[in-house]
Amino acid sequence: MKREAIRVCILRVGGTNCDAETKRAFDDLGVKAEIIHFNELLRGRKQLADYDLLVFPGGFSFGDYVRAGAIWAKWFIAKLGKNLEEFMDQEKPILGICNGFQILVEAGILPGFEGISKYPEAALATNVPPGYNCRWVYVKNENRGKCVFTSKIPEKSVLRIPVAHSEGRFVFPKEREKNLLERLLENDQLVLRYCHKNGEPAEGEYPANPNGSFYDIAGICNSTGTVLGLMPHPERAYYGWQLPDWTRLKKVPNYADGKLIFESVIDYLTRKF
Amino acid sequence: MRFKARVEVSLKPGHSDPEGETTARALRELNYPVKNVGVSKVYTVFFEASSKTEAEEMVDEMCRRLLANPTKDDYKFEVEEIE
Repeated sequence: MKREAIRVCILRVGGTNCDAETKRAFDDLGVKAEIIHFNELLRGRKQLADYDLLVFPGGFSFGDYVRAGAIWAKWFIAKLGKNLEEFMDQEKPILGICNGFQILVEAGILPGFEGISKYPEAALATNVPPGYNCRWVYVKNENRGKCVFTSKIPEKSVLRIPVAHSEGRFVFPKEREKNLLERLLENDQLVLRYCHKNGEPAEGEYPANPNGSFYDIAGICNSTGTVLGLMPHPERAYYGWQLPDWTRLKKVPNYADGKLIFESVIDYLTRKF
Repeated sequence: MRFKARVEVSLKPGHSDPEGETTARALRELNYPVKNVGVSKVYTVFFEASSKTEAEEMVDEMCRRLLANPTKDDYKFEVEEIE
């Protein structure tokens, strides 16, 4: 399909706060992105099926009550689970950034070893060290080619993207931690890991790993590679002028590393449909 | 029949509890001989069901579907009938 025919649904509810910059990133790529309130889908004024890409942006949906992302995740699955499954069956991509990643995990969509699970198979727990952490980090692309959001990023290359969250520590159930990690690696569902500037693994060390995530996990995809959830904010690292040191750079680049994630998925859509 | 449930959600053993650790440290700074602090969340739910058994099943399902994430949380609850 042509770029200008691609329709992106950026969903929001009360507490969502990264929808505008996410839309701006997609606008820059020449696709048609719309910010849609969840109620518009619930009331049938908008149909999920009319869109080619679904995005759960960052923020604090429903005040992060119960657990970050939990309320929206369960509500979405209860009311629009069937529509979501149809969307996923067509291999239309879904992106969850920060709170969006928390939603996808709470909804059982990620890691989604065998499709959508009834109960969550992982969690994004309170950061270690505790508290809200907003900083630029380095993440390494560990995906071997399954994830449609990293096709334009060479394997093992390092991206600089900021994180901003207090519940981002990726964990599996303790007793199955090793098995599930093996499964994640085997299925090529590991996408991004926190690392040092030179690409060396963070190995849980703060601040390279900003939240104590198991295996330095920053982002994973589902078993088909069409759903990506990540804690870092690529929309905040889209333009060169968003870089924290842009005033000190001799030459400010037009774009920053986050753009590659958006570009990859748009490339997937133009080729696939 | 009307019921009241008290649901307590806490972290499973083995999962780190940064909130509890920070609180324990603060209590030690206040000179209390505190070893550990565990943080739980308590929900009081008022609802209707046709029997106590159904009420308990309903609360169990509420926990599994929303109030707890089985990856890291344990939960327990008490249900009582109210006027």
